[in-house]
This record gives sequence, structure tokens and C-alpha cells, in this order.
Amino acid sequence: MIRSVPRSRLFDSLYLAYLVAFFVYLALPLLVTAVFAFNDAPFPSLPWQGFTLDWYFADGSEGRIGLFHDDGLLTALWVSAKIAFWVTLVSVTLGCVNAVLFERVQFRGKEFLYLLMLLPLVIPGVILGVSILVFYSGMANDISAAWGIELDLFRPGMTLVVMGQVTFIATLSTLVIAARLRKFDPQLEEAALNLGATPLVAWFTVTLPWLLPSIFGAAAMAFLMSFENFNTTVMLTGSDTPLTVALFNRLREGSTPVLNAVALLLMVGSALLALLVMGRSSR
Amino acid sequence: MKPSVSRLSLWLLLTPFLLWIILLVLLPHLQMLRVSFQVRESWDTIAWGVEQYQNFFTESYYWRTFVRTGVMSLFTTFLTLIIAFPIAWYIARLARGRSKGILFLACLIPFWASELVRTYGWMILLRESGLFSSWLQALGWVDGPVEMLYNDVAVIIGLVYNGLLFMVVPLVTTLDGMDENLVEAGYDLGGGHGTVLREIVVPWAMPGIVSGCIVVFMLTLGSYLTPVLMGGKDSAWFTEQIFTQFITRFNWEQGAALGVLLLVLSSVIVWLGLKISGQSLRKVMG
Repeated sequence: MIRSVPRSRLFDSLYLAYLVAFFVYLALPLLVTAVFAFNDAPFPSLPWQGFTLDWYFADGSEGRIGLFHDDGLLTALWVSAKIAFWVTLVSVTLGCVNAVLFERVQFRGKEFLYLLMLLPLVIPGVILGVSILVFYSGMANDISAAWGIELDLFRPGMTLVVMGQVTFIATLSTLVIAARLRKFDPQLEEAALNLGATPLVAWFTVTLPWLLPSIFGAAAMAFLMSFENFNTTVMLTGSDTPLTVALFNRLREGSTPVLNAVALLLMVGSALLALLVMGRSSR
Repeated sequence: MKPSVSRLSLWLLLTPFLLWIILLVLLPHLQMLRVSFQVRESWDTIAWGVEQYQNFFTESYYWRTFVRTGVMSLFTTFLTLIIAFPIAWYIARLARGRSKGILFLACLIPFWASELVRTYGWMILLRESGLFSSWLQALGWVDGPVEMLYNDVAVIIGLVYNGLLFMVVPLVTTLDGMDENLVEAGYDLGGGHGTVLREIVVPWAMPGIVSGCIVVFMLTLGSYLTPVLMGGKDSAWFTEQIFTQFITRFNWEQGAALGVLLLVLSSVIVWLGLKISGQSLRKVMG
């Protein structure tokens, strides 16, 4: 079935119907989630009771608490943002160093290390979280029992969440940055060296600017993946719950349109971030 | 090309990588393996043994869930491939100009929302007080509210939805690079649609198919939110049991053993997939 091979009209219309059905299937859950963030009713279900912004702005005086007055959710949002910031910083830095290591340096055992680098992608996220919990939290327990030293850093909490997420997000950012570095013409860097630049200056003035679009792309991806991660996070989180875990806990108690409001905010936020990066890279 | 970098700079580049892989991947997983073989005799004495693994095989609840999770993940992966292939084919080969980019982008949009949001959307649609139920009643096709959530079909709908992007993107990438002359030659030589698909298109798309299947399978097997929120009482997922052991029962030894088993299952299936299709992890992932 390619353009140059004739197709029957029936086949064409069936194919079109399938395409339409597919994109409806893709859009429908997100669309209803967004729409019910504005329904003037205590539950996100039909019938439609009219448009309201209560689920964002209500201050609790009429029995409704909107998102922007819901301290629990706002705190969780802030925790998520802090985690995502550190994850982005660490994994993009690691990604740059790894990309140079695998694309520009020859050394023995490289093939093996490359496979190790891909490993986190084929380990389920829950297992990544569990193994880090067992290792670090167990270590903290043992040290506390043996010497009475409390290593709160390694108890479930923000540090462990950041570590767990970096485990696999670093692989992804390495792949993104390495793909760009592969297309770089090393002669450009040699030219800089011939013109008298030191390797460090050549790296910062020639290679790094070339890599910048991929670094921005990797950073945006890392931020989004960290913000949205649940499987690894849920195993490692302590008392300061990030947004996805807080939402999950709320959802188990029952759904209210406030959850729709948060969901819509998340969708708009990540769409804006993605558009920003795509706009940059296409220029 | 530079002949070789100095030893010092090699080690400078290697150190962050090694720290990451050793401290965050290798050591934690080895420790998990070790803990899974520890048997707690009293509150401060520990012996070595396989008690946790025995529990897994003797208590049918564990291994039934294990098998169920594996089979349902394979089925979901297969279904995702079947659903995504015509879409990828259309985007890669039939769509022209702007519509190609727009359709591809449309496939990506849902995945800017997190898994939790996507699952929540399906819950609003499928549950008893949900939209589908209300629409069916409005149409007069059913008399009372219909519960469509909390069963295996709902779980699979959600899981396929979560996996689609990771199938469509690698498929489009490989199909995009295909030479149409090959397909034409196939038809010219008298092949029907089925033959051309089987002999030319699928072998060409194999790297994309394998990479999509591996990612979707991994995501499905390791998913937690969708089965927990959309599944019924009997539709336990294996990750759920791991979670219960660790967080609710605080039985780390049993949880670690279940974790090791899940890791073994996923590694074996990924390895089999690569072997059968004749691909390598490097080619498929890197």
C-alpha cells in the first residue's frame, strides 16, 4: 500500500475511518479531563452544570477549595518542581559527559560499558526504585543499628527520589546528546585547535554551542519525565510527597474536579515546555 | 581525529559514568539480590535461604499474578503493535507535506500528560457515573448505569493507550527510511498485499518493531497506576504485590525476591525477543 499502487475506494475510506477512530481514542480521555475542570458540580461527571472557575480559585468559603488555595497540592507541586530541577541538572550534566565519553574517546571495554549505560532502560521503574530503597535505606538502618549514626539523607525522601529518577533519565539524556554529537564535524574543533585555542576553549566555543539544542531538548525531557514519574518515585518518597503521588492518594479517596484542574494545569505546562523546546530547535 | 586522549582525561570522563552505573544501578541491584536470599530468623539474626522463593511457588496467589501479568503484558504489546502499525504506515508513507508533521505531532500530544492524568481521563469515561455510561443511557441503548471500569478489558485499554507513542515513533522512523521501489518490485513480481507485507515490509521494519515492542512490554510489565486504578478486585498486577510487600507489610526480603523475579521475567522476554528477531540491544535501543 504505497501511493503509487492503486487502492480501492472502499479500502481508502476504511483506512480513513480507522485513522479518525484512532485519533479520537487518543484525544478523548484528555479532552474530557480538561472539560470537567470547569464543570460547576462536585463530581467530574455528566450532566453539565455550567461553567465555573471555582476549581481553580475558590477559597473554601462556600465549601469548595480550588487548586490555588489547596495547600496540600501546592506543596506537592513545589516538591515536584524541586525534584525535577535536581534531576534535570544531574542527568543533563551526566548526559554531556557520557556523550563525549562514548562518541569521542576510544578505550577498551567501551562496547560493554555502552550496554551497561542502556541497562536502566530495560529495568522496570518499580524495580529501580525498590533496589535503591533496599540498598540505601537498608544501609541507613544498618549504620544506625551498629553505630547509632542517623543518615537521614538515605531514608525515603527527596534525595532518594532524585537518585532513583536520575538512574534512568540520565540514560535518555545521554542518548539525546550523543545523537547530536555524532553529527558534529570534528574538523571544526581541529580548526579551532589549529588556530591556537586550547582544548577547553575549543570545547566551550565550538562544540558546546553545537550541542546546545540537544542539551535544551534533553533538559526539557528530563524535567517532564521527572515531574510525571510515578513508578520509581512512589517507592522512594517520604513525608514530602511529590505531585503525582499526592494526586494518586487523592484519587483513591475519590475524584473531585480539583484533580481535573491539576491535570489540565499539568497538560498545559508540559505542552508549553515542549513547544518552547521545539520552537528553539527548529530555528 | 585526535589519536587518543590522555589517561587523565579518560578517567575524568569515566568517573561520573562509573559512579552513576555502580552506585545507582549495579550495587542496588546486587543488594536486592542478596536481601532476597536472607531469611529473618528472629529480630536480629539472619540466615541464608530460599524461603522467599519457596513462598512464591507454594502460594498460588503469587505465581498466578506473575503469570497473569506476563501474559497480559505480552497481549498488550501485541495489540499495541497491531493498532499502531497502520497509523505509522500512514504517517510514514501515505501522508504528504504538512499533514505528515501534524499527524505525527498529534500522536505525541497525549504523552505530554502524565500516566496518572491519562488513567484519570479513562476513569472519567468508563466508570459507572462516567461519560460512556451517560451517553449510552441518553441514546436509550441501556436502561441503567453501566460499569465499564474495574475489569481486564479496561486495564488493557489503558495499557495500550499508554504504550502507543512508544510503538508509533520507532515504527515511523524505520518505515520512513524504506525504499518504495522495494514494495513496487514486490507487487510487480506478482506478490499480493499479504506477501509484500510479510516478505518486504515487516523484515524492513523489524528493528522498529522490536524496539517498540521491548519498550511497550517493559512499560506495561512495570506499570502500577493503570492496573491499580482501572483493574477490579481480582485483577492484581505483580508490581502491586511488590509494593504491598515493601510499603504495607514491610517485608523487604519477600519484596526483594518478587522484584528479582520480575526482573528475571523481563530480561528473559527481552532477550528472547532480540534472539528470535535477530536484533541486538545496541541496534534497537542506542
